[in-house]
Amino acid sequence: MEQVLRQTWGFLFRDYHLTRRYFSWVVVFTFYAVVNSATVVLIGVAAGDRRLTLTLMVGVMLWGLLSVVFQEIANSITYERWEGTLEYTFMAPVSRLIHLAGVSLFSTAYAVVRAVIIVLGMLLFVDIDLSRANWPGLVVVLAVSSVAFIGLGLMAAVLPVFSPERGAEATNIFQGVLLLVSGVYYDVSVLPRWLQPLSVVSPATYALSACRKLVGIGAGSEMVAGAPLSACAYELTVLTLMGLVFVPLGLYVFALVERWAKQTGKLKRTG
Amino acid sequence: MSNLGIEVRSLSKSFSKRKGLMRTRRSVTRALADVSFEVAVGETYGLLGPNGSGKSTLIRVLSTLLTPDEGDVRMLGYHIPGEEDEVRRRVGRVSVDAAFYKKLSARENLLYSALLYGLDKAAAERRALEILEALGMEGEKFTDPLEELSRGMQQKVAITRALLVNPPLLLLDEPTTGLDPKSRRDVQTFLEKLRGEHGTTILLTSHDMAETERLCARIGFIAGGRLIAEGTADELKATAGAETLDDAFIALAGQKLDDEGEKRREAVLAEA
Ligand SMILES: Nc1ncnc2c1ncn2[C@@H]1O[C@H](COP(=O)(O)OP(=O)(O)O)[C@@H](O)[C@H]1O
Ligand SMILES: [Mg+2]
Repeated sequence: MEQVLRQTWGFLFRDYHLTRRYFSWVVVFTFYAVVNSATVVLIGVAAGDRRLTLTLMVGVMLWGLLSVVFQEIANSITYERWEGTLEYTFMAPVSRLIHLAGVSLFSTAYAVVRAVIIVLGMLLFVDIDLSRANWPGLVVVLAVSSVAFIGLGLMAAVLPVFSPERGAEATNIFQGVLLLVSGVYYDVSVLPRWLQPLSVVSPATYALSACRKLVGIGAGSEMVAGAPLSACAYELTVLTLMGLVFVPLGLYVFALVERWAKQTGKLKRTG
Repeated sequence: MSNLGIEVRSLSKSFSKRKGLMRTRRSVTRALADVSFEVAVGETYGLLGPNGSGKSTLIRVLSTLLTPDEGDVRMLGYHIPGEEDEVRRRVGRVSVDAAFYKKLSARENLLYSALLYGLDKAAAERRALEILEALGMEGEKFTDPLEELSRGMQQKVAITRALLVNPPLLLLDEPTTGLDPKSRRDVQTFLEKLRGEHGTTILLTSHDMAETERLCARIGFIAGGRLIAEGTADELKATAGAETLDDAFIALAGQKLDDEGEKRREAVLAEA
């Protein structure tokens, strides 16, 4: 047990210090994210539409969290390949489960801090009353949807083992598709009909739908108080199932590719 | 049971690559072909071979980073493939390239590795400083980003990483290649001490004759993925009827040891 804790701590320790050493970049990226979020939400303010403003705000907050969870996990192996440390991590007596749990833990914590900063930063630019939102409900939905995104991140994380560059490219394309089909800033019904089936398989679609209810965006234009969590039972069920499928699937895919890489010599930095 | 540290039987490993415009041609490199040898517990065994002869591939198989195609490997009695977890706990490895997080300090890189092996952080830090000192590295560099350290110092940190867990088996892949003469001597002296004091089983690859002769009780010549001769330095010279180990290698392998031109020996076996 102590061994497991130390190993998990090892990944948190590493990622904490990497974040610290690259802190100026973290500040720059966060600054950009805050400003970008504010400009999106100000579209709603300019339109004088409180409902639109809130919808955009939910989108910004949710995407700010989930995309970072996904991205950080997906890029963790890419970083290791660039640095050349991947072989050393893989020859350490650490189970892949602990390795990936450590990476996921840090990524999620990092994403949460980023999302909080984005929301706080946004409130500097936009005057909006969020006191009627169901905050505990939002936390539950975000936690459950993070698990599904961790699973997606794990599947993407292993791509750079095939090819560092192609892997990173595929990760970005995949993230872009998620952004498009999940209806982050709009209802998915506005998407072309041929794209709509894709929105059904994205966990972000359900997370967004639930968060909109919880923040108090009703069906019509009138503003209502945040809905109780029970109003999101369907979304929560789907998100939970997705998490239950995606995380084991992500671990399985990772293990398969790792085995293949050891047979074909793809763990090496070059080649 | 036997007192063998490393036991390698009929080990083969090939890599295939797709080639050509349509990526339809497949070229196969036989990196290791039917390699067999043994290293006793506490012995230092040297593998001498030119670039591309399969040394690193062998080290990677022994450190569980590559699965063998054929053959059987035992590390302190534990099988590869099959008992990789047991092997991982007992093996330290140093490679030619210093594979570190370059923005992190030696301290951070080393503690990260120590934690993965389940060591106590404070104890690991003390031990790391001891080893670095024994290797002749000043303590004040301990907290500087690794990218600011010279290659020699980075390699000393790499050796420290491998030794931090006190592994009974040490795999050293050209640990002194590209080092300045002083660092090279520091490392060699340290390895001699280590073998004397801890009885560590060491497999060392090199293309430096003098180093191998100084450090290794027995030496294997490897060329084109094959182990072509084996013995003490004197035995190898006698077999080849040569004055020096260099000449012995040329006589037995039919090529020079530091021949860069021999780097790629790819046989196109299959075309589809
Ligand atoms: N991961 C890999 N993928 C493809 N080919 C490889 C890989 N590793 C080694 N090789 C090839 O196998 C041969 C032996 O390489 P290597 O073991 O690195 O030799 P050495 O360490 O003696 O220089 C070379 O031809 C090299 O190109
Ligand atoms: Mg090599």
